[in-house]
Amino acid sequence: MAQPEGLLYSKEHEWLKVDGDIGIVGITDYAQNSLGDIVYVELPREGQTIKQHGSIGVVESVKAVSDLFTPVGGVVLETNKALEADPALVNRDAFGEGWLYKVKLAGTAELAELLDPAAYETLVADGGH
Amino acid sequence: MSTFEGAALRRTALYDEHVALGGRMVPFGGFEMPVQYAGILKEHDAVRRRAGIFDLSHMAQYELRGEGVAAWADSLTVNHVATMKPLQARYNIFTNPRGGAHDDVLFYRLPDRWLLVVNAGNATKMWPYLQDAASGRDDVRLESHHGSRALIAVQGPRAVEIVAPLCDVDAAALAYYFCAEGRVDGVPAVIARTGYTGEDGFELFVEGADAPRLWRTLLERGAAYGLEPAGLGARDVLRLEAGMPLYGFELTEDISPLAGGQGWAVKLAKPDFVGKAPLLAQKEADDYDRIVGLVLEGRVPARGGYAVFSGGERVGEIKSASIAPAYGNKNVATALVKKDAAAVGTPLDVEIRGTLHGAHVVPLPFYKRGT
Repeated sequence: MAQPEGLLYSKEHEWLKVDGDIGIVGITDYAQNSLGDIVYVELPREGQTIKQHGSIGVVESVKAVSDLFTPVGGVVLETNKALEADPALVNRDAFGEGWLYKVKLAGTAELAELLDPAAYETLVADGGH
Repeated sequence: MSTFEGAALRRTALYDEHVALGGRMVPFGGFEMPVQYAGILKEHDAVRRRAGIFDLSHMAQYELRGEGVAAWADSLTVNHVATMKPLQARYNIFTNPRGGAHDDVLFYRLPDRWLLVVNAGNATKMWPYLQDAASGRDDVRLESHHGSRALIAVQGPRAVEIVAPLCDVDAAALAYYFCAEGRVDGVPAVIARTGYTGEDGFELFVEGADAPRLWRTLLERGAAYGLEPAGLGARDVLRLEAGMPLYGFELTEDISPLAGGQGWAVKLAKPDFVGKAPLLAQKEADDYDRIVGLVLEGRVPARGGYAVFSGGERVGEIKSASIAPAYGNKNVATALVKKDAAAVGTPLDVEIRGTLHGAHVVPLPFYKRGT
């Protein structure tokens, strides 16, 4: 299964869409499928400064709690309020309506180590590690 | 005897069926078992509204024969065995000398033998324990069919329509917690109206070799009724909603049947049985920590092991927890708490990642069918 183009990916299965100096972050379809039914998402606060690869929240499925890592650092601009009432949006539309937060990017240097769709697909095809 | 600690995982007779259905296989009780197929909540919904089919072949099936079985089993367990009627099934708990739960089980009384089903994860201790307890007796003979016999459960309000027409006995007329010997789809089976989901349903004990075809027949026949394969994940949510304990959580060697909320099954009027004296003392003192139902007020789920507080004082810990679709989609849990914190309505706090979240004690079960 091809991964959506126009996005960057982390090894922790987050995606990042860059629009100027703003990034939108979510978890990948592979990640939501591995987690199963998502029942709660804990996101960073708006205005919070986050560091690349830092543990900044949790995603909880029926069975398990998983840490949420951020693929980029910066200042959190907005979180997806729709997830408070309907966390399963992440299951239904991981790359769209199920986005997690927007961040003002700390810089573009951090983007260099993220994966392109082909490299992420290789990671996923390899069992996700 | 069956061992699995450190040994390779075993597969049930239905392993290939699970893989073909997209089941996500995980280690459980020494076997590779499906934790989910289409998704835990979808499978839960199928069982509550229509029907689900489960592979429970990892559970250990023992056959007990001999004149002495009833009295022998009565001496090892908290519930009555000898008073069981022919073809009756009954929940029971083996206790240790301290009154803790050694395993929770089901007995089935068949015309010429008894069927005993124990938790897969406890089979490595239960089989030697039972053999030891029966040694030197010629009136109790044990035979393990763990892994060779399969167990298929069909659970849900439509289960009877799916299963009964395949049986050569009147399965629809079976009362809850009764069973029959007969054939299902032509193969010999013990057909039991039992289950662990809080729904009506059947458990079908068949030879492993007969299981894959029966599984496929049930799925094909059940499709018209909305039957779906359901895994251990859905089963755990279903049993938690129904207030049924899971060994290792609500019942352990240190959590007695009384503390675990299974006092209804403890018959202290029985002649002596393992652990009776400590259970009597526990009941009289009535000061023990006990399992309660909790409902959390927020959307943050609790998890097993989280600490429970009352007015800043730690009073216990969460044992099982889940979102409960049959309880208003609220986050529910069982917790082992001090007696003073156990009354229905008591406000408690659950510590989740360093923050206290409000909860209160509610009666168990969270879900009763027909309500």
